[in-house]
This record gives sequence, C-alpha cells and structure tokens, in this order.
Amino acid sequence: MKRTVLAVQEYAVLCGAAIGDLFTPPLYWSDIFTQMDSIGVGSMPIILLTGFFTGCVLSLQSVTALQEFGAVSKTGSLVALSMVKELGPVLTGLMVSGRNAAGMASELGSMKVTEQLDAMRALGTDPIRKLVLPRLVATVFMLFFLTIVADAVGICGGALVAVNLLGLNATAYLHSSYQSLVYGDVVQGLVKPLFSGFIIATVGCYFGMKTTGGTQGVGRATTQAVVVSSVFIIIVDFLVSRAMIGIFGR
Amino acid sequence: MSDETASTSAAVAEPPEFTGPVVEFKDVSIGFDGKQVLNGISFAVERGETLILLGPAGTGKSVLLKLANGLLGPDSGSIRIFGREITTMPERELYELRAHIGMVFQESALFDSMTVEDNVAYRLHEERVPEDEAHARVVEALKFVELEHAIDKFPSELSGGMRRRVSIARAIITGPDLILYDSPTGGLDPITSTTIIELVMKQRDVSHTTSLVVTHRLQDAFTMATHRYDAKEGMRLIPKDGPERGIDAGTKFLMLNDGQVVFHGTTEQLVHTKDPWIKEFLS
Repeated sequence: MKRTVLAVQEYAVLCGAAIGDLFTPPLYWSDIFTQMDSIGVGSMPIILLTGFFTGCVLSLQSVTALQEFGAVSKTGSLVALSMVKELGPVLTGLMVSGRNAAGMASELGSMKVTEQLDAMRALGTDPIRKLVLPRLVATVFMLFFLTIVADAVGICGGALVAVNLLGLNATAYLHSSYQSLVYGDVVQGLVKPLFSGFIIATVGCYFGMKTTGGTQGVGRATTQAVVVSSVFIIIVDFLVSRAMIGIFGR
Repeated sequence: MSDETASTSAAVAEPPEFTGPVVEFKDVSIGFDGKQVLNGISFAVERGETLILLGPAGTGKSVLLKLANGLLGPDSGSIRIFGREITTMPERELYELRAHIGMVFQESALFDSMTVEDNVAYRLHEERVPEDEAHARVVEALKFVELEHAIDKFPSELSGGMRRRVSIARAIITGPDLILYDSPTGGLDPITSTTIIELVMKQRDVSHTTSLVVTHRLQDAFTMATHRYDAKEGMRLIPKDGPERGIDAGTKFLMLNDGQVVFHGTTEQLVHTKDPWIKEFLS
C-alpha cells in the first residue's frame, strides 16, 4: 500500500515538474522535433493500417445488425460516429502506447541503469526537461493529428467495404457520415487524444526513470509502461466520454 | 603524455568564491530500504587536496560521491560544497553549482547515442558555446587523455579503458574546481588502470584540482600518494630523501567500514596505523 502511494506521489511530482518546465526556459526544441518525427511520423503506418481495417470491419459488422431494422443506409453514420467519438481516439491511443510508451520506458530505463541519467544531472541538465518534456509535448501534439488521420482512414475503409462488398451507394454513405457528426462529437473525439498523449508520455517516462535491476528491470519497466498506460487510456476515455456527454448532451 | 592541460580551457562558469573547505560533510547519514548505508560521516577536503576513499565493497563510497554532487540527498546531516549548503538547495541551483564539479562515473556513463565529441562537448553545448570553440576545446580535452583519434567514434566502439578516458575528458573540459572519480580503474586491467591513474594524477598535479577518488585498488591509491606527474618526465616516484619524504602531502585517505569513517588522515598516518582492521585491509 505504502509503495503504491509513493508511486502515485512520484508520478504526480514527475507530471508537475514536466508541466512546470514547459513554462520556463530552456526548451529543447530540437529534441521536441526529433520526438515528433519518431512518435508522429514513425507511428503513421500502424495508425493507417489500424484505422483503415477498423473502419472496414465496423462497416462489415454493423450492416448485419442494421439490416434487421431496415437501416442499412445508416451504416455511414454508425461508422463515422464510432470512429470519431470512440474507436479512432482509443485505438490510436492504444497503438501509440504499445509502440511509444514501451520505447520511452526502455530508452530511459537503459539510461537509468547505466547511470546516464545521473551523468546528465551531474553535467547540469535536468533529465525531466531534456528527456520527459520533449516526449510529452511531441506525444500530445502528434497524437491529436494521428487521431484525425485514423478517423479519416477509418471512415474511408468503412466506405470501401460498404460500397464494394455491401453494394451501398458511396454518396449516401459519405452524406450520412457527414450529417451524423455534430460539433460535440468532433470535440469529444479530439479531446481524448490530448489526455491519451499525456498518459502515454508520462507513464512511459515514469517507468523508464524508475527502472532498477539491470536489463531485466528494463524489460519489466517496458511491460509495466504499456499495461498501465493502456489501462489508464481506457479509464480516462470513459471519464472524458461521461464529461462530454454531460457537456454536449450526446 | 600531451603537455596540454584541461586547466587551459576557459571555465564556462566563474569559480565560486568562498573560504574554508571545498567539501565538508558533517554528521551525514543515509539509508535505503531500512538499511543504513552511511552513518554520521564527517570530514572535510581542503582546496587542492586529493582525498582517496577506501573501503570494502558496499560501504557507501559511491553513495558518498553522489551525496557530494547532490545526486542523492542525505537523511540527516550537513553537506557544504564550495561553502554552500547543498542539502537544502533547490534542484535548479544545484544544476548551476554542478557547473563547477566534474564527475567520472564507475561505468563511464557515456551517452551511448552520441559520439565521443558530443559526449565530451555536452556541457559546452548546454552552455551554448560556439561550435568552433567547443570543437577546439573537445580536441584539447581529448589530447589530455590521448584519445583525439577517437573523436568521431561512438562509446560502443571503444574499449572499457578508452570509455573511462572519454569520461575523464568530459569531466574536465570546463576546468571544474572539484572532480569526483567513482572507481575510475574499476574492472580494468593493470596496465589500463595505471594509464587512468596517471591521468588522475596529471589533473591533480598540473591543474591542482580538488578531488575525491573512490578506489578498490590499494595499488592505485598508494601510486597516487607516492608519485607525481611531471610534464617532462610523466609519472615519477617522489624522492624519499627530498623535502616531501616520498609522499604527496596533498593526498589524504578516508577509509569507510560499515558506513562509518574508520580512518581519515595522511598516507604516513595510514601506513603507521595500529588499528587491526585497517592493518588487515591494507595487507
């Protein structure tokens, strides 16, 4: 119990320090851009594939259910709403978590066990400012755009299946998709990646910086980072959804 | 050995002004997971002095160095570096203070994703020193450790001894006022160890930098106490019939056992001690 409370405290201190560093110089812009490239551009292939096939399967599965109610024409609406509000943000978060929270934990963990983090502090550099903050800024910023990409290719994937396999009209599908989305849905879908990005970066860096026990410890930290960030993303998704429904009424 | 010295490099930060010891520990204690590692440690290191820390493995020598650099905070006691209390110092001020402290880590702790040049120039890059000047100073520091040919290599391409020498170059590039060496010869063969110790002595005798040296090798400790580095002759034995009677007066010893200081004094006092535990340790 004590250990859990201590971990929560240390995590909160890390988050507070990283946010505080954002408002004081120096900011390591080159590190931020490097991380944006690594996290954003590097994650693009898996996001494209995941988003596209999620849209495809969503379209395929929903038609069966919608046929029972004679509402096949609503396939576009269902795919768009599901992708933008829920599946796009959550799946993108989980995929980026699997790729980048693990990467951050293993990279920082290796630096920790080889005393490189101590060396950095001894050389007068704050590791939170130099290592955590660029990853945090880059993840939050890039996850936002990755989610938009995932939503878009998901809707396109759904359209492809609906038109080519299920024989629906492309214009009707896209019109239905467009009409069903309102301002609140888009806001809800775009607020979630901001939280997910924060979770991925801070959890990944936290487990990396707390690594002990050599290479075995690095492996353990990597696993913990992915598991914890994935669970946090789903829990926070629920909380944000509830808050957004409260605000926008849907 | 090259005649260039790290002291010719202009220090990035102005040397701190203070009176009294460079390092002063007063009743310092620290423990981890309920186990006391250091218990009531008190000692002082004067300007220009070299203090060699000896003791069995696990007695807290490396922890003591990390305390001296503010990388760890003690559970109790006072630590003054350059006359300033660091136990209550905010982390941001500690980063500024560390500009005057160089540290050589046990396993070198080089940044493995950077070249030797970027590792050695790390602090200069952080201080926004112009690239040309930084490069010139890196070459100078690498000449000091005789590794100028390895400037473009990555740490993974270097041997253990070479990594240790790069680590020394990184520590001395800004001409620090205090250097902390954490087992600089640990895990190295005797010939490479002698090269490293020669570099430590070179920094001591040419730049007169205050230093704390942790070592497990008694041979290294006594080499440092009985030898001197000379720009012309390299490492040489201090003559026994001279005024110094074969011993470097600026080199002192601190021995730890079970987290406590069991000896603090000169080389002469150490070799003539009557303490049975120390005698056994030295034998």
